[in-house]
Amino acid sequence: MKDTAMSEPLHLARREHGLSRRQAVAAIGTACIFAPAAAEATPDTARRLLSELVKVAPKAGKVRIDIPEIAENGNSVPIAVAVDSPMTPTDHVRAIHIISERNPLPGVASFLLGPDNGKAEVHLRMRLAESQTVIAVAELSDGSAWVATREVKVTIGGCN
Amino acid sequence: MSTDIRPRIRIPQGIQRGDVIEIKTMISHPMESGQRKDDGGRIIPRMIVNRMTVTLNGRQVFEARLEPAVSANPYVSFFLKCTQSGRLDFTWTDDNGGLYKASRDLTVA
Repeated sequence: MKDTAMSEPLHLARREHGLSRRQAVAAIGTACIFAPAAAEATPDTARRLLSELVKVAPKAGKVRIDIPEIAENGNSVPIAVAVDSPMTPTDHVRAIHIISERNPLPGVASFLLGPDNGKAEVHLRMRLAESQTVIAVAELSDGSAWVATREVKVTIGGCN
Repeated sequence: MSTDIRPRIRIPQGIQRGDVIEIKTMISHPMESGQRKDDGGRIIPRMIVNRMTVTLNGRQVFEARLEPAVSANPYVSFFLKCTQSGRLDFTWTDDNGGLYKASRDLTVA
């Protein structure tokens, strides 16, 4: 597992395979047409969303993202985010946010948790428009924030 | 279409006091992202489940805020520490104001 601090570049080289992706999608008969590129998330918009969601600068650690390294179908990619926390009334995770760098929009989901959960772990199935970095951030009850990132290669992009 | 929207919930059996259990949920919903176009080139309006909440005996224990990047038929699972029996109420809200509810009894030995 590769965790990257927010201070390090989150940038993942953009893959110029739009045409082949579209052909591939057309080949399986899915009417999947992407919106204008202007609407696409970038590492910058992802970072901006992150700073709106979480007021403090997140540190690397505590958060684990479990997602396939290679996702064949970007329409439905299983992702699990777990945070190392005892989940007690005085020390727990308040929120987990999932952000994408290369979907049409950067936001994926936010989860509000507390000591009732006993375990800071959530599972979801998400869309990935193309190969990219997925970011997960946890906000803790002490006000600190923690981040992890994972790169995912996508064979056929999801219709975001 | 609303008749097609059906929630499914899975809770483990035989729960002992203090157990931390995984609760798996799924609701059938197209999660139309607002990014796709129809054959005439018009954008198909966004229509997603944007929020899901879970309460235990009326007290919120979990909330998910979902964006269009969540797959169709959104699957969400989370954990719950079981200290008491009670009633779990699940609510999903979509962009059209649709409200989908389901309830389960939580029995803690």
